[in-house]
Amino acid sequence: MDAHVNVTAMSEPGPADAPVNRASRGYWANVARRLSRDKTSMVCAAILLLIFLAAILAPWMGLADPYKGSMIRRLRHLGAPGFPLGTDELGRDMIARLIYGGRLSLFIGMSPVVLAFVLGTSLGLVAGYAGGKVNTAIMRTVDVLFAFPSVLLAIAISGVLGAGVLNSIVSLTIVFTPQIARVAESVTTGVRNMDFIHAARASGAGDFTIIRDHVLGNVLGPIFVYATGLISVSMILAAGLSFLGLGVKPPEPEWGLMLNTLRTAIYTNPWVAALPGAMIFMVSICFNLLSDGLRSAMDIRN
Amino acid sequence: MFAYILRRLAYAIPIVLSVALLCFLLVHMTPGDPLVAVLPADASQELAQQLRVAYGFDRPLPVQFGLWLWRVLHGDLGASIATGRPVAAEVAHAVANTVMLAFAAALIGFTLGLALGLIAGYFRGTWVDKLATSVAIAGVSVPHYWLGMVLVIIFSVELNWLPAVGAGAGGSGQWAWDWAHVRYLILPAVTTSVIPMGIITRNVRALTGDILSQDFVEALYAKGMRQSQVFRHVVKNAAPTALAVMGLQLGYMLGGSILIETVFSWPGSGLLLNSAIFQRDLPLLQGTILVLAIFFVALNLMVDVAQALIDPRIRRA
Amino acid sequence: MDRNAASLPQLEDLGGAAQPLLRVEHLTKHFPVAGGLLAKRRTVRAVDDVTFAVGKGETLGIVGESGCGKSTTARVLMQLAPPDSGEILFDGMLVGGRDMSIAEFRRGVQMVFQDSYASLNPRLTVEQSITFGLKAQGISGAAARKVARDLLSKVGLRPEIFAERYPHEISGGQRQRVNIARALALSPRLVILDEAVSALDKSVEAQVLNLLVDLKTEFGLTYLFISHDLNVVRYMSDRVMVMYLGEVVEYGPVESLWARAAHPYTRALLSAMPSIDPDRRTQTAPLAGDPPNPIDPPSGCRFHPRCPHAEPVCAQTKPPLFAVEDEAHRAACLMIVPGSGHSASARLPSAMRDA
Repeated sequence: MDAHVNVTAMSEPGPADAPVNRASRGYWANVARRLSRDKTSMVCAAILLLIFLAAILAPWMGLADPYKGSMIRRLRHLGAPGFPLGTDELGRDMIARLIYGGRLSLFIGMSPVVLAFVLGTSLGLVAGYAGGKVNTAIMRTVDVLFAFPSVLLAIAISGVLGAGVLNSIVSLTIVFTPQIARVAESVTTGVRNMDFIHAARASGAGDFTIIRDHVLGNVLGPIFVYATGLISVSMILAAGLSFLGLGVKPPEPEWGLMLNTLRTAIYTNPWVAALPGAMIFMVSICFNLLSDGLRSAMDIRN
Repeated sequence: MFAYILRRLAYAIPIVLSVALLCFLLVHMTPGDPLVAVLPADASQELAQQLRVAYGFDRPLPVQFGLWLWRVLHGDLGASIATGRPVAAEVAHAVANTVMLAFAAALIGFTLGLALGLIAGYFRGTWVDKLATSVAIAGVSVPHYWLGMVLVIIFSVELNWLPAVGAGAGGSGQWAWDWAHVRYLILPAVTTSVIPMGIITRNVRALTGDILSQDFVEALYAKGMRQSQVFRHVVKNAAPTALAVMGLQLGYMLGGSILIETVFSWPGSGLLLNSAIFQRDLPLLQGTILVLAIFFVALNLMVDVAQALIDPRIRRA
Repeated sequence: MDRNAASLPQLEDLGGAAQPLLRVEHLTKHFPVAGGLLAKRRTVRAVDDVTFAVGKGETLGIVGESGCGKSTTARVLMQLAPPDSGEILFDGMLVGGRDMSIAEFRRGVQMVFQDSYASLNPRLTVEQSITFGLKAQGISGAAARKVARDLLSKVGLRPEIFAERYPHEISGGQRQRVNIARALALSPRLVILDEAVSALDKSVEAQVLNLLVDLKTEFGLTYLFISHDLNVVRYMSDRVMVMYLGEVVEYGPVESLWARAAHPYTRALLSAMPSIDPDRRTQTAPLAGDPPNPIDPPSGCRFHPRCPHAEPVCAQTKPPLFAVEDEAHRAACLMIVPGSGHSASARLPSAMRDA
């Protein structure tokens, strides 16, 4: 995993003689402006937005019932009349199932990262800010979870907890929390030793106020970029759990599960069977490119 | 150097113990009775009790852990509930197949990744760089189990060149390095190689770029070194980090093979894990995860030591 | 002062002019160094049994090479790191005891750091950085902003231009002015300036030094001025304290110290001082070698391995801080201690030997 986080960027010396008449811009306004100039990122953001909107608005789009099958129209090919993307092994419309499938797929793919972001940031922040024994206790525990390859850990926990949406979210959250905690700890430790934190402590402010006003603003950015990079992995793993039968249960439409049930059809209707995976691929690549774009937009040195 | 190895080993011991504890607890976190899988539906209370005693499920947890750890240290991972065979033997056999698959995939993925990464790093900003970067991003973004299916569709269903599943005639029991067997290895190995290929390309590209932008490279050119000689310096400087990335990737391939082995019915540790989960064969599940995790820890240890051997700065850190 | 109407009042003067504002007694700070698996634990003696006082309205300069413990002294004083032992008395009150809590003490003492960029939060505007401490002390947002803008003018930055700027948008000298304004916002009585001008260009440095002199009079401040630059220290200070490897080796009024430096280390520092005057070019050899590691410092006088006058006794006996000519100027060198066993002490004038 690429845990390259930039703390040093903050200590770059400023211009020797700064211009005085330009309006000041906050850091995030700058980042947003730089990101909006990156064509690749904007295309990816547009594709993701489209998939999100379609998933949310699915019931009002006049689609076929994603649950209703028919024995007589099973496994129609691509471009079949009335079914442009064919039908699945139970005769259900693939377009409807792919669009509805986005709901669960995106939910189980993204929520572990959101949860791990909250948990991992809290853990890393406490470890990095408190230092000493607290740091050792938290980071050693994190190290133990790092001793497992992430796929193995996810499957071990899911395998023990059993199939289900909630269980797969829990297991992936456990996988990603240590990774985010490590990044959060290293960034926080870097910021914590800077003089503006010392100055804040010298002004008599409490730890809570210092963390809120001085630490968070400087650590959330790098942690956030790292977390966005995990969404793609999480999407692939979440769908992978369903693909193995450890996630979403039938008949719910979900890309990984659809891929699993359609595997039986790869000899009769191969390209329709591959469609759900193409959706996962598209979402995952867009998140990766967007995350890369965000990373370079935040690297103000360029 | 010796002190460094000792220190690194001392650090690994608590990790290995915690990993063992976690694997042990895994079974006890399980909702429901682990005996359900073996008991006939109409089993009597007495029979259930007898089995519980036989498996040691009636003792207090710390005692169970101590006994279990003692047996594990002696190479006894218990017996599979489903088949009754010793878990250690089953796991050893399956892990051998996974190692074979991982090494084949490493051969493909590492070679391609190093080559693409070096080329992209050297020719930053050119079309070659863009191509290599795109291949890499596709590699890290692709759901590999789906890629496996697509490869099967192309090379088995449409072209009928390569077999879709299995490990050849006689299963993995009669593996041989001839075309009749190796053709079974090609698709799973290519599929497995894609993620490490992408990650190594990205890392090596970044490394090469960083090294080339450092002052010492300019100094090398300034004193009249030729391109090829400078290249040797770049490789030498990139080696420790690249090695660490490759070691980690090898570990991920060994531990994360379940999805691909399921797609291709490759008789390795992943497929074993899959059947253990679905038959609720907890001793088998526990044993497989433990062995894979220890493998991963050991691999990390070896990578650290190898890195320290190449790069003296790491030893002192 | 009128600005205090809306902001914090300066802490009250209790002991009168004769009472030192700050007394530091036997301050000690050691850092453990993580040893290897088989190595024994070692400690860095960053500050070792340091005692000194700063009078009201005075500027005490602290000089020494990097690693001599001057910055650690400042950080321990600011309570940024807890001391291992020793007492700090502020205007006669024991800090951290019943007399004065650490929170109260922080109201009375502020600090300006060397790195002007690292000491400002890059995500906050200049004004937000200055108001932070005031708000933490319970001042309302509007009042705090008024104080911040007043202070910006006082440090020579037009508030309408600089208040909304981010640290990366202004120059190093301007940033250091902001840091000074931030330190003054809490109306401290003592300001610790830790290499506060060392990172600035020479021309900017002079401007900031003059600003510091002006502010001192205007706000009735006392300075602890830490620097490695002896020219600057001489310009700013009333008295100077010289530190070497965590210990005080000499202190005294600035003129007395420059004229009659008694410790060989102080003399070496002074002779190594660059001078523009060609007639005053360095004649004696500057210090040889690097300062020894503060882990396991030398026995006896810590300077003896580098001292041109070292004798065997220096490695055995730790010299006390002994009066050079009057009580105000003291140095820790066996050469000035009568009967110390150092050959130079035998040549001391008899009047001093009887003392």
